[in-house]
Amino acid sequence: MIRPFGWNEFLIIVMAAQWTIALSAIAFAGGGIGGLLIALARVSEVRPLRLAALGFIRVFQGTPLLMQLFLVFFGMNIFGLAINPWIAATMALTLHASAFLGEIWRGCIEAVPSGQREAATALGLKYYNRMRYIVLPQAARIAVAPTVGFLVQLVKGTSLAAIIGFTELTRQGQIINNATFSPFMVFGTVAAIYFILCWPLSLLARRMELKFSRATQR
Amino acid sequence: MYEFNFAPVFASFDQLLLGAWLTIRLSCAAMLLGLIVSIICAWGKTAGPSLIRFVINAYIEIIRNTPFLVQIFFIFFGLPSLGLRLSPNSAALLALVVNFGAYGTEIIRAGIESIQKGQVEAGIALGLSKLQIFRYIIMKPALRTVYPSLTSQFIYLMLTSSVVSVISADDLAAAGNDLQSATFASFEVYIVITLMYLALSIGFSAVFAAIEKMAFKYPLSR
Repeated sequence: MIRPFGWNEFLIIVMAAQWTIALSAIAFAGGGIGGLLIALARVSEVRPLRLAALGFIRVFQGTPLLMQLFLVFFGMNIFGLAINPWIAATMALTLHASAFLGEIWRGCIEAVPSGQREAATALGLKYYNRMRYIVLPQAARIAVAPTVGFLVQLVKGTSLAAIIGFTELTRQGQIINNATFSPFMVFGTVAAIYFILCWPLSLLARRMELKFSRATQR
Repeated sequence: MYEFNFAPVFASFDQLLLGAWLTIRLSCAAMLLGLIVSIICAWGKTAGPSLIRFVINAYIEIIRNTPFLVQIFFIFFGLPSLGLRLSPNSAALLALVVNFGAYGTEIIRAGIESIQKGQVEAGIALGLSKLQIFRYIIMKPALRTVYPSLTSQFIYLMLTSSVVSVISADDLAAAGNDLQSATFASFEVYIVITLMYLALSIGFSAVFAAIEKMAFKYPLSR
């Protein structure tokens, strides 16, 4: 039965945005922790650790997010876990975000002048304190703009969770479209909601980048 | 304990190779057409009147801030209600071109803006035509400057193109979906497909590095 695309259908789609936001937030939090570990491993003095982090980044940046989602989704079965789109989507997106944030943050850590690290070592600071108080705070300032930029990519990436059956914004759009058969309105609405979520982040990232480049020019 | 069964995957490996070829063809076509769109839009954005600039900016912002999956749904399911009915393969190509065009425009614009004004003025002083100035003085060095970002954007386009399998356009991921529903060896199929994508992106990086060496042999001015 075909029903018209009305106010209710519109609200159902808008409400589904909360799952997109929740999925993005969880993946961003998990990816933040994972990304920090990857970035630290990538600049570590232990060669195997560096290579392992490099391999992890290469694999996740060189394969489609869709395939990563499929692998985690079907891979859960192999480890004897029940297939659950929620867990699969969060895990895949967390791993994906870890790899990308790891690579972004590696660049930021390396951008901190090496004299800073050497001075910290000369003052007798050990690895943890050196990173915690000297290197990472300075890297964080450089990292803010590209990290917000990646967040946009992550929010857009959560749409692929629809394909493994996780009901977020895009999947809800598909469901409503099947009931109303007004794809132009439905996907127009879905696209508009993504735009409202992502555009402010894009603008923020660009503004911070500009501010940062002005601040460092002086 | 789960028993891996790769035999049916390798028995139909030719299907997957065909899929990989389709992915290569689709992404190369999308890149070439997208590059044309990008160059036109970048030119419009740097030299066009304000109305054209506004339209191009809106296009870029809309595409860059919405997911590719929604764009392809909109093109494949939404456009027919405006009377534009596309086959899955043409919808896939159109979506990829539109998507790549938006990212490419920003990349090429950055390249164009890196050209110093004096260069263009020197071209005018030498009596070159507008098209000659654009072709030789602006585009050639601009493309060289942005070549690394363009190629990484292409690799990203190729990976994104896996999404076209959801509207059942032909590509590597779709070949995987077919094989998966025929064999039920889901994990085995997708791990092989994933490795094929990895091989494609590594291969393309190598090809692009070789092209860079050949095409940009002439020395930099600086």
